Amino acid sequence: MTDTLTPVLTDNWDAERAWTMAAYEERGGYAALDKAFAMGPDAVITAVKDSGLRGRGGAGFPTGMKWGFIPQDNPRPKYLVVNADESEPGTCKDIPLMMATPHTLVEGVIVSSYAIRANTAFIYVRGEVLHVVRRLQRAVQEAYLAGHLGKNIHGSGYDLDLIVHAGAGAYICGEETALLEGLEGRRGQPRLRPPFPAVAGLYASPTVINNVESIASVPAILTEGAAWFASMGTEKSQGHGIFSLSGHITRPGQYEAPLGITLRQLIDLAGGMREGHELKFWTPGGSSTPLLTPEHLDVPLDFESVGAAGSMLGTRALQLFDETTCVVRAVLRWTEFYKHESCGKCTPCREGTWWLTQTLARLEKGQGTEEDLDLLLDQCDNILGRSFCALGDGATSPISSSIQHFRDEYLAHLTHGGCPFDPAASTAFVPAGADA
Amino acid sequence: MSHPTNGLDEKTWGELREIAARYPEARSGLLPMLHLVQSVEGRVTPEGIEACAEVLGISAAEVNGVATFYTMYKRKPVGDYHVGVCTNTLCAVMGGDLIFERLKEHLDVGNDETSEDGKITLEHIECNAACDYAPVMMVNWEFMDNQTPESAVQAIDDLRAGNPVHSTRGPQLCTWREAERVLAGFPDDRADEGPTAGPASLAGLKIARDNGWTAGTASSKGENA
Repeated sequence: MTDTLTPVLTDNWDAERAWTMAAYEERGGYAALDKAFAMGPDAVITAVKDSGLRGRGGAGFPTGMKWGFIPQDNPRPKYLVVNADESEPGTCKDIPLMMATPHTLVEGVIVSSYAIRANTAFIYVRGEVLHVVRRLQRAVQEAYLAGHLGKNIHGSGYDLDLIVHAGAGAYICGEETALLEGLEGRRGQPRLRPPFPAVAGLYASPTVINNVESIASVPAILTEGAAWFASMGTEKSQGHGIFSLSGHITRPGQYEAPLGITLRQLIDLAGGMREGHELKFWTPGGSSTPLLTPEHLDVPLDFESVGAAGSMLGTRALQLFDETTCVVRAVLRWTEFYKHESCGKCTPCREGTWWLTQTLARLEKGQGTEEDLDLLLDQCDNILGRSFCALGDGATSPISSSIQHFRDEYLAHLTHGGCPFDPAASTAFVPAGADA
Repeated sequence: MSHPTNGLDEKTWGELREIAARYPEARSGLLPMLHLVQSVEGRVTPEGIEACAEVLGISAAEVNGVATFYTMYKRKPVGDYHVGVCTNTLCAVMGGDLIFERLKEHLDVGNDETSEDGKITLEHIECNAACDYAPVMMVNWEFMDNQTPESAVQAIDDLRAGNPVHSTRGPQLCTWREAERVLAGFPDDRADEGPTAGPASLAGLKIARDNGWTAGTASSKGENA
């Protein structure tokens, strides 16, 4: 019987100076390297396939299968690129992981690079997290000094260089091909696929791009075994994952659990919604995943079940909003975000996000008409599935789902002549005695 | 080696080349190179753009195209401290909007403007991946978690007065230029400051510990590897 919470990646976050090599090695760190070298690269790929690990960056693509797509007969160098550009609104798991235990990620990078036969790897970390960059730089430096990186690692004959690369502020660089553009020193705009990065990625060479949490999950899969990993979770969504609770909840934070835990269980663990309030709407996996409501509290948080409920598991970024929150204000703000972050490459997203913002802003001020709701849905229809990448699709998620669940609240703005909510009531520092 | 003398010193030229040399293909160095330009020049200057172009053998227009794409690159001089208030939905709802309004008023500046004393540049920013600490403020891209309008004003007043201010999950705040140098890949040896994790990061782990819940790994069963 699996425990309710299963700390693996978070297990050493309460250790003294956990970010140091000394603390990491004291807990058996870097043991996965010799294990991998003894198994050989193909067996490592097989183990990751057998574990059932699916990408933890949102899309849920099987990690081992992705590695298997690297054409080993291609004479060009192979590359591993870690997507550490965590920027999806609500998502806040990779940053604390890299802050607390950067060596877990570095160890995962070494094993994963070995599996795909890469001799150069990169961690593309967003630039807006200075102390995380410091801890990564230090961890890589320590790993070189300890002989876990560089030439002939542990006498295996395997060489690996790892470069920490700080981005410069662009949500779109979380999209893997835009990330590669950024890493090549260009504007971060997505590339047409095919060719997929596995065939022609960084420098037109075979490249694997994986999320931080995916790569950090690899060392334990090797040391504990694929069957151990697969014993957690649900049939098609196996293993542990970090669930990030934020918003109007008593104890926001990181909760590492088997996939398939429900929001009801997580809210109970986190001490309930803030006192005297109730859940109104939530995102299961960041702002690009359609909003859900209290009727979805018992949906197992795995890829299949959340999909069947009309949303996506995404990054398990559970943003919880109580009844003091205006859904129209929330959605307008997300839409402004997508407008700001649209890279400009394709017309539906570049132009569409501006139109969405204008229409929504009018509604929020109570100046539109009911027909504007149909106009919004029509605009969404012209963006979803017609954009170059998933950013445009994601921009439509909060809009169409909020109209589906909260149409009356949009209309209330029209009858009220503006927003009927008091924004002060939803803050974390509601003044005492305020009606919140 | 000859190059147009344009204000950047020899050390900076050397470091720009050093960054480019870290990568299998030099152009990959452009993002960190622009961070270095900001650390030296206080913003992305025409001279800095020319230098990057020359080191990489590409046109200034190409460098400019990149510099204008990413929001961390600034065309106007930035103050000693870049203060970013998250006003993406969750932080905004939790109080980020009120904090941003209060700071605009307090500093008498608009978005992306610098206070008269040149110390503080204020900007509203997008999600910075710390939603469990909402509302969040970043100073020189260090976390200032769980802010209120009062705590934000206090931090800014302390910075303006030259008092030491610490990140809630990191070291004592350095200047924006010093921060940009770290992002360019020149460590400042301060990785050991600050805690392993903030309280919210440990919320689930604490409950697991209290209940004796584990993932059944060898180490959690006491069979140390």
